[in-house]
Amino acid sequence: MRKGKIVRVSGPVVYAKGINASMYDVVRVGEEELIGEVIKIVGNVAVVQVYEDTTGLKPGDPVYSTGKALSVHLGPGILKSIYDGIQRPLDEIAAQHGVFIARGASATPLDQKKKWSFEAKVKKGDRVSIGSVLGVVKETELITHRIISPYEGTIKDIKSGDYTVEDVIGEIEDKGVKKDLKLAHYWPVRKARPFVEKYPPHVLLTTGMRVIDTFFPIAKGGTAAIPGPFGSGKTVTQQSLAKWSDADIVVYIGCGERGNEMTEVLHEFPELDDPRSGKPLMERTVLIANTSNMPVAAREASIYTGITLAEYYRDMGYNVALMADSTSRWAEALREIGGRLEEMPGEEGYPAYLARKLAEFYERAGRVKTLSGEDGSVTIIGAVSPPGGDLSEPVSQNTLRVVKVFLALDASLAQRRHFPAINWLNSYSLYKEGMQEWFAENVSSSFYDKSERAMELLQREAELQEIVQLVGPDALPDREQLILIVARMLREDYLQQNAFHEVDMYCALQKGDAMLDNILSFYHLGLEALKRGVEVKKINDMNVVESIGRMKYEKDVEKIKAIKAEMAKEFSNLEA
Amino acid sequence: MKEYKSINQIAGPLVFVEDVEGVSYGEIVEVVLDSGEKRKGQVLDVSEKVAVVQVFGPTEGISTGSAVRFLGETMKIGLSEDMLGRVFSGLGVPIDHAPAPVPEERLDVNGLPINPASREPPSDFIQTGISTIDGMNTLVRGQKLPIFSGAGLPHNKLAVQIARQAKVLGENEQFVVVFAAIGITHEEAHFFIRDFERTGALERAVLFLNLANDPSVERLMTPRIALTTAEYLAFEKDMHVLTILTDLTNYAEALREVSAARNEVPGRRGYPGYMYTDLASLYERAGRVAGKKGTLTQIPILTMPGDDKTHPIPDLTGYITEGQIVLSRDLDRKGIYPPVDPLPSLSRLMSSGIGEGKTREDHSRVSDQLYAAYANGRDLRALSAVVGEEALSSTDRKYLQFADAFEQRFIQQGYHEDRSIEQTLDIGWELLAMLPERELKKVKKEHIEKYMRRFQKGKNEAKDKHSKE
Repeated sequence: MRKGKIVRVSGPVVYAKGINASMYDVVRVGEEELIGEVIKIVGNVAVVQVYEDTTGLKPGDPVYSTGKALSVHLGPGILKSIYDGIQRPLDEIAAQHGVFIARGASATPLDQKKKWSFEAKVKKGDRVSIGSVLGVVKETELITHRIISPYEGTIKDIKSGDYTVEDVIGEIEDKGVKKDLKLAHYWPVRKARPFVEKYPPHVLLTTGMRVIDTFFPIAKGGTAAIPGPFGSGKTVTQQSLAKWSDADIVVYIGCGERGNEMTEVLHEFPELDDPRSGKPLMERTVLIANTSNMPVAAREASIYTGITLAEYYRDMGYNVALMADSTSRWAEALREIGGRLEEMPGEEGYPAYLARKLAEFYERAGRVKTLSGEDGSVTIIGAVSPPGGDLSEPVSQNTLRVVKVFLALDASLAQRRHFPAINWLNSYSLYKEGMQEWFAENVSSSFYDKSERAMELLQREAELQEIVQLVGPDALPDREQLILIVARMLREDYLQQNAFHEVDMYCALQKGDAMLDNILSFYHLGLEALKRGVEVKKINDMNVVESIGRMKYEKDVEKIKAIKAEMAKEFSNLEA
Repeated sequence: MKEYKSINQIAGPLVFVEDVEGVSYGEIVEVVLDSGEKRKGQVLDVSEKVAVVQVFGPTEGISTGSAVRFLGETMKIGLSEDMLGRVFSGLGVPIDHAPAPVPEERLDVNGLPINPASREPPSDFIQTGISTIDGMNTLVRGQKLPIFSGAGLPHNKLAVQIARQAKVLGENEQFVVVFAAIGITHEEAHFFIRDFERTGALERAVLFLNLANDPSVERLMTPRIALTTAEYLAFEKDMHVLTILTDLTNYAEALREVSAARNEVPGRRGYPGYMYTDLASLYERAGRVAGKKGTLTQIPILTMPGDDKTHPIPDLTGYITEGQIVLSRDLDRKGIYPPVDPLPSLSRLMSSGIGEGKTREDHSRVSDQLYAAYANGRDLRALSAVVGEEALSSTDRKYLQFADAFEQRFIQQGYHEDRSIEQTLDIGWELLAMLPERELKKVKKEHIEKYMRRFQKGKNEAKDKHSKE
């Protein structure tokens, strides 16, 4: 380990001489041993981005390289944690330093003292490969943590029992080299974890949000982007997804966003129960918080830290959903560091490698066959914060080129409190077609079809609205006025969903199916009634319109289904 | 302390000092002019040969012969409770002709980030007495809620009214106000001081004034000094602090000026690429933290250049703050005060500060319904301008009437009118009663019975028959 010294300090970037480091090595900077990473080497000068505030550093201060790449510690105890961008546990730092994050604070990512009850699944003499499951630990009430072998070789010794993450649980030998086995191991964050093969994404990630599940479904192992101007509900949407999607594990990255949002998750998730298991949501969640006022270099790292943790749980055979809020702040961190390095900028000052970095990140998603032979997935849902809501900017454009689901948040919908403010005309999902079969098997044979027909009505409405803007609604023929009535129902009673309502915040697929069925039946019965000569106004004034409006607040799917009969009766009573 | 006489280059607010040794990043510097005058500055970049110093103040009079002293510490401010009732310059020097208070503590003005794990979610309703805020964009203790305004709109009046009326229900404790003027005119500053004096609020206020003719680089320090004071009063002296920063647009202009002088690669519209991070380092200094009694609530004010919400200053602000109160020129032209446009306004923390036990059980739904109805009314206004009111259905015409009444009765209120939350919500119900009941999908039926019926007297009973179950 060679000690060098600082030759220049410029914001979060420090230039050091004589440390003989290689690219992406972690270095310790200054007397306080601030953590940094080598991002450029020019001759004998290493350029280091420092993950903490550099105030007070001066030329001549010591720097040394650890010779290791930036890594995360993978083992039991990750779940329920809140980490900063480089996997330092924030609750532990708060316990040591108080409410403000002091410089040079250090704490180990995994609790060193906690004993875990380990149950070995392999025995002496077994041949294991990298990625094999050595045994299991009950990490939380919900999640059984599978201990994955970081090495290949023959097990020389392994014992069940109570261990800390630092204890040796066994020994492995490969080609005459013996290595200790532990409950935890390290993995460099910038390197994707290996797997056997990727599957095509045909399984739905149920989100409990009607507009997404019905019209713009996200596949397990898929990628989605949520761009939108501020105030359009990106964070509420991300949090709803983190709460209600049927992933086994949720990794939530608050990247350059508000501190209070992370706090909200920290306080809310332990109180909320997962609708499937009935256990607190926190039991399956890990938070990475690098808020906007925390050091910008650690913000750049937070995305990689998060995705590596997600891949680790995927390798245990879990379905992991990763929320990154917001990828724009991450891109800005790249821009800021790039600017400090005096790199030639690309579009809008962003570095020329922005597109590559974004594509590399999203490509780490996928539903895979893991090295241990199980199926696991990582789904990435990234928020994008385009300046001024203008999607022509580089981060949005480069994201849209790689993701398969685009959920366009719309400020004008948000302004009229249409939430989730996902614009149904601009959004798309490339997974939807591939899921026809899945919907038929798991929801109902007509669900896919109904969603297509509902979308047609919504599109018809958009066309008709243009005419209404010119001539007023009464000038339209009755049939078209009926479309306006039904489309309004779809918008207000189906697409809109209240994330804060005790029933409406989560909508099961079966319930959505029943709701959609009622609205479309209303349309068909309405068409028939019009043929009989009933005035469209009478249809609009029916009592069942109100029942439909209150469907979403109804828990009991049978009661929603019962509305259909009520509706048929009321229609048959309508007179011309 | 080291002193050098080796200035080699002066450009804009930047001074390049050569052959320095042991100078640290962020260190504070004193430049001594020939006349003996001292100017403060800060190290922005340091290498083995050169230190780049940003001078707070004009570089006028600085020559290559001026002496530069490196003070060996970062920018700090002396703090004490005695600062209440006092007026300071933008750099924290008293300007009210009284001696400087004796500091109990000296703290770095840049502060440290609050650990997200130590934050408590803000959830105490602040009653500002202003219907559009309390009813539809509720402010809570520990929130950062900016006012997005435009040149010539009454944002200062609104800020003063909030500072005067803000209280937490059931608590007698008043807010302490920390006020930072950033590059505003003498006249505007005078308006604040006079109002604070008149209402006695000055007693519990600390004022920092960087006026339009003060050096623009100083503007980068003023909000930091004010926020350090606010943090001290909130987290060490257990006070509930309301911080008003005005005008952040001037701050951002100063940031751009310095960035340009440093030849940095510009981001959007010439503002530096790190403006988001820089603004966040101000706005994120608000909140509630575990184990501390005091809280820090922030109301930054900014004027949107060209009333454009997508301009980088309001845009980046909106991405960091927990909502925004938007003032509208249209409403102002109609003579409506305060001209708060509820549609683009938002309070992200509203849901945690309202409801049963905090305000009233019907609050969130009434608010949603008012939003939806007013948005619809505004759309119909545009439509009726094209097709004429006659072409609209009777329901649509009711929405038009609703939108007008909403502006006149709900948004409009007096500069000294302090409405309780009950009054605000009742006005809301009274206005909703103008609409057919079947349109009120967002409110609960039981709440209609409880709160709206009394405003419907004399209305056609037959119309309501289907809802009487």
